[in-house]
Amino acid sequence: MSDQLVSENMSEQVSEPLLRVENLFCERDERVLFDELGFTLSAGQILQVEGQNGSGKTTLLRILCGLSRHYEGEIVWRGEPVSQQRERYHRELVYLGHQPGVKAVLTAEENLRWYAALDGSIDDSVISYALMQVGLEGFEDVPCHMLSAGQNRRVGLARLYLSQAPLWILDEPFTAIDKKGVAAQEALLVEHAERGGCVILTTHQELQLTDYLSHINLDRQVGTS
Amino acid sequence: MNDMGTKIRKLGQLSGTSEEVFRPGSVLLATIRRELLLAFRRRSDLVNPLIFFLMVATLFPLGISPEPSVLTLLAPGVVWVAALLATLLSMDSLFRSDFDDGSLEQILLSPQPLFMVVLGKVVAHWIMTGLPLTLMAPLLGIMLFLPAEGMGGLMLSLLLGTPTLSLIGAIGAALTVGLRKGGVLISLLVLPLYIPVLIFGTAAVEASVTGLPVTGHLALLGALLALGFSLAPLAIAAALRISVSG
Repeated sequence: MSDQLVSENMSEQVSEPLLRVENLFCERDERVLFDELGFTLSAGQILQVEGQNGSGKTTLLRILCGLSRHYEGEIVWRGEPVSQQRERYHRELVYLGHQPGVKAVLTAEENLRWYAALDGSIDDSVISYALMQVGLEGFEDVPCHMLSAGQNRRVGLARLYLSQAPLWILDEPFTAIDKKGVAAQEALLVEHAERGGCVILTTHQELQLTDYLSHINLDRQVGTS
Repeated sequence: MNDMGTKIRKLGQLSGTSEEVFRPGSVLLATIRRELLLAFRRRSDLVNPLIFFLMVATLFPLGISPEPSVLTLLAPGVVWVAALLATLLSMDSLFRSDFDDGSLEQILLSPQPLFMVVLGKVVAHWIMTGLPLTLMAPLLGIMLFLPAEGMGGLMLSLLLGTPTLSLIGAIGAALTVGLRKGGVLISLLVLPLYIPVLIFGTAAVEASVTGLPVTGHLALLGALLALGFSLAPLAIAAALRISVSG
């Protein structure tokens, strides 16, 4: 029952999937969020996780990126279980969570420089380019608590421009972002897919990038135990 | 973001799978630099433990007796207990703000060894609390009529002891960061582990006051510190993973 959940339009494109999820089971407060959940994700694919509030979207993303270990089942990255190759998996992963991970007392540039250091692979000079791309040119030296919620979100999103990781896991990346920003962000996702990356995201927005998009709906999973 | 019309510059190539980026030293330095910058921007947090330290030492003569002979006797213990409690007071905030704004998740998901990031945070914490406490200690010693011969022992014992206090306290902070009200629990978890440090710390000061050899006590403090340096970051890292996954 698992694999039919992902729409079939991408299935024949790439042979070896990057990410494979099998028989995922998660229970929270004695409520089954999903059971026997399975899907694959190949290069060039954008997977939108849908579901009502409380259906377990964020939980699923936290499990997928390795933050939460309250699950049963198998998550396989490049043919090897994630639990056995945590460092390598995290090197190839960018996760943007509910909280943008932006320090309020630091400036946008200082925040990004920290993430560059954490990543270890990023060249310092691209930081100003990334800030320009997310429309924060001229705000480099403003502490983030002086910026709006949307601008703070953009500081987080700027990390995507710096990243060379193939897998992006984005939890509601468009919250508080204006229309123009969402369009630019979608263009970025498409470009990422075209260079061979893949994306898993949750959003309540209607996405325009139908060529790359597949869906998984968690509502159908509720109560299937 | 960009205007719709403006084309996004080409993104970089995806990194190869085999590329190893392992630079623990630079991560350690970057973490320390970031923590110091953060502390410098929130200066009130920085002086809190120091004021506490000073206050405790000022209140003791008022509460017990201003008699020099009494205070001389009490001084080593009072300074050490005050330093210990001041460190404990500052411990709760170590991971709190990172947890609240999502930075902690990002730290856990980074490919860098968590050991180094955690060690960097603790070292920065010590630079901002333990080190100033150590430097202030002679002042408190004078206020409490600690004999001049005891000053060296006091400074050295605090210099070796306070990093251990930071390392142990960080384990408690990491375990309780997921809880809304972790403050009390931290004290319960950590205080029993602080006791050996306190015993050897005050013993070192008393030994130096009475002219006995201090090296034995200092060696034990050093051993505790070495143990803490090598093992505590592992415990802190594991505790953080548990706290965040909950």
